[in-house]
Amino acid sequence: MTFSRRHLIKSTAALAAASALPMPAWARGLSVTDAKKGFGEVSGENIELAIGNHHFNTGGRSGHAIAVNGTVPGPLIRLREGQMARLNVTNNLDEGSSIHWHGLLLPFQFDGVPGVSFPGIRPGERFSYEFPIRQSGTYWWHSHSGLQEQAGHYGPIIVESATPDPRYDRDYVVLLSEFTPMHPHDIMRKLKVGEHYFQRDMLTATEGEMSGEMRRMWGRMRMNPRDISDVTGSTYTFLVNGHGPEDNLELAFNPGDRVRLRVINGSAMTFFNLRIPGVPMTIIQADGQDVDDVEVDEFQIGVAETYDVIVSPPAGSHAIVAEAMDRSGMGLASLTSHAGHIATAPALRDIPTLTMIDMGMMDHGGMEGVNEMGHSMRDTSKLPGDVEAGPGVDMIAPMPMDRMDFPGLGLDKVDHRVLRYTDLKAKRMNPHRKIDREMEIHLTGNMERYMWSFDGKKFSAVTDEPIRFGYDERVRVKLVNQTMMAHPIHLHGHFFELVNGAEHMHQPLKHTVVVQPGGTATFDLTANEPGDWAFHCHLLYHMHAGMMQVVTVRPFPDGKPV
Amino acid sequence: MIRASFLVGAMLVVSPLNAQDHASHKEATPPAMDHCAMGHLPPEQCPPIDEPEGDATTADPTTADPTTDGMPDGMDHGNHGTIDHAEHGEVTDKSANAAAPETAVPLRALEGPRHAADAVWGSEQMASARSQLAREHGRMATGMVLVERLEARLATDSGEDGYLWDAQAWYGGDINRFVLKTEGEGEFGGALEHAEVQALYSRAIGPFFDLQTGVRFDPEPDNRSHLAIGIQGLAPYMFHIDGAMFISDKGDLTARVEAEYDQRITQRLILQPRIEVELSAQDIPEREVGAGISNVEPGLRLRYEIAKEFAPYVGVEYEAKVGDTAELARLRGEDPDAIKALIGLRAWF
Repeated sequence: MTFSRRHLIKSTAALAAASALPMPAWARGLSVTDAKKGFGEVSGENIELAIGNHHFNTGGRSGHAIAVNGTVPGPLIRLREGQMARLNVTNNLDEGSSIHWHGLLLPFQFDGVPGVSFPGIRPGERFSYEFPIRQSGTYWWHSHSGLQEQAGHYGPIIVESATPDPRYDRDYVVLLSEFTPMHPHDIMRKLKVGEHYFQRDMLTATEGEMSGEMRRMWGRMRMNPRDISDVTGSTYTFLVNGHGPEDNLELAFNPGDRVRLRVINGSAMTFFNLRIPGVPMTIIQADGQDVDDVEVDEFQIGVAETYDVIVSPPAGSHAIVAEAMDRSGMGLASLTSHAGHIATAPALRDIPTLTMIDMGMMDHGGMEGVNEMGHSMRDTSKLPGDVEAGPGVDMIAPMPMDRMDFPGLGLDKVDHRVLRYTDLKAKRMNPHRKIDREMEIHLTGNMERYMWSFDGKKFSAVTDEPIRFGYDERVRVKLVNQTMMAHPIHLHGHFFELVNGAEHMHQPLKHTVVVQPGGTATFDLTANEPGDWAFHCHLLYHMHAGMMQVVTVRPFPDGKPV
Repeated sequence: MIRASFLVGAMLVVSPLNAQDHASHKEATPPAMDHCAMGHLPPEQCPPIDEPEGDATTADPTTADPTTDGMPDGMDHGNHGTIDHAEHGEVTDKSANAAAPETAVPLRALEGPRHAADAVWGSEQMASARSQLAREHGRMATGMVLVERLEARLATDSGEDGYLWDAQAWYGGDINRFVLKTEGEGEFGGALEHAEVQALYSRAIGPFFDLQTGVRFDPEPDNRSHLAIGIQGLAPYMFHIDGAMFISDKGDLTARVEAEYDQRITQRLILQPRIEVELSAQDIPEREVGAGISNVEPGLRLRYEIAKEFAPYVGVEYEAKVGDTAELARLRGEDPDAIKALIGLRAWF
């Protein structure tokens, strides 16, 4: 009998399987198919979703992926306002999984966070989520188990409004995300060990325009002014609807069409600057909620945010450019009236460098201010008593200011129109409510140790101290960012209103708010969804490091849940 | 409508106790004691029984201590928003007049169940998911092996060519870690001159520094054991510092300080000045060490990161015995100092 190589490989895999090594099925060489790029559509009252292991490749990078219904991203779930939805999710992985319906208002037990809203979906189990659809707009779904979201376990949701929407002729989802051949746990470890593993644009002796004095000042603070993104294009390929830049995704239109683009940032770690050079965009929704029209040329979209825009491009091929905030790559698609014509992508712009404002200092425009304040970059007396200033807090912003008028790192000096939170105004009127209570939550971290937390306390340290709200309590929450990174903060199960200067009954509704580096952002919340809800930074590895809390809303109006 | 809401706001400002009144007014739930008696709350979450009436609304056991953040006590809640925030002098003041402070959690917010999901899915089902959630959100343990220097040291004068290793590994969480360090050197074709292994418990004592304590064992030259205590971390201006004191099993006290700085020339090319200083509190004749500063080794290494984990380097180092130690070397007829050319590798995984 001759041993073929194939046989040998098979028996080696069998040996590995038999020896019960902790190897997942996809690594044991069981048959794993390539995930399809892009997504199909599912709709109706009864929807089946199956989570499974797959391969994925784009532009020369390939690796493991978790796909739902065989695609990355998973299927577009199209629902209608007012319907009942039953979503049956089968977990074909070797580990627990879950789906969180990001932005949907629903009973807390179907929110999909293992350990908060339900026990999770065990391997081989089929779990049914069942809830009425109370809203319309653009949302998305993703795993809330471990780091599965990074591997492809996410997809878009469109909820059609109960009444027809005449604002557009064509409708496309533009779901932005990342693919990496690296295992998410490996990424987490590389972040934890320091070494700036994914940084390829640090300030060097030969790169970056910064005076020696300023460089020394950053050095004295032990901070890196090019720490824009933790994980970069050095391992990420940026995707639009599952297509890398080399996959030439085309979205067709006819000249004269009003095209609605539902832009969803479904990435794990990347803020994107979205623009279509030469084509102005009219923002009509933020986080699925209607806002008054705002015309812009570019906007930054934080992780987990959504913006719906209407464009009326002239005939031709237009590049939809989703440039990573740190300019380490871009997602790309062509909006074209000529099938087969691929739009030319603009060059990547230069990486922005952080300024003193991003450190929470007022910009006095001179070195005096810097020298004067440089020594007080961690003055713990500036913190309220409930914030713990341990090793997990490497910086305390000396003078954090409201930065809701900041368009995002790298977009403050472009010479075209960019979106700011202060431009958003709710289209429909919110109920008039007086503020019952005020609170501050501090976003804290240590870049070197890769520790992230709220109020200096990781989630693992506050599992018995949730953030408590009374049912129907109206609270004004000020988020104070004591770090030099932008954090997209997401509250499950609710919409809050940004206190952005809009007339207070037209404050825009959002489920996720970006708090700019060294700055503050404020929202008003009416806690009218009883139950337990996750509240966290939507940068996946920040959440995994501990930047999470549970929000409890009590009592249940009917006395008890269900 | 706008005017009406302004008026409401203005009225609330005028009366400092309004927030208090309002909170009490809205309180539809029974008072604290009854509530606990009804068994809705585990006992540890019940508010203290003999609190003054003004604090009845601030029942959160975790934040109820009025001294923690200089928060005024219950009776002053109405004032807090207006006065305190005005003093901050923020450019955009978004404080809500007459709102209660953070600690004034309404009593109804403490009603049960403690974990809402337990009431739906059962506590047994939820318990393991909950502990996994905590484990995966802040309690991650990890580790690395870092070979800082693995190098050939080539004599530039009449001395011998040698080799050196300097590596460390750690495993643990954010605060507590187990650290192993080893270094040693010898001559090519000759004996191993010096080798040591340290096993340390490391604890983060600040954002940038770890305190490390443990034992050190030197198989060469003389099988000596030490107790070790030191600090390791990142000093201002991005200097990596590793300093430790050692007491040997013979009672000798020595110390060693290493400092290095990474200057990026390009994204991959890094120039690293490094200095190592050794000190001794007493003469240690069997190790040919005199009291005082015994050794100084300033060096310069230029490494190229082929990958972040794999960076070969070339460099030069001046190694000098100084003070009494240098004297001892001269008496033995040895050269107390030398310049070495270095070829080596920095790697981690």
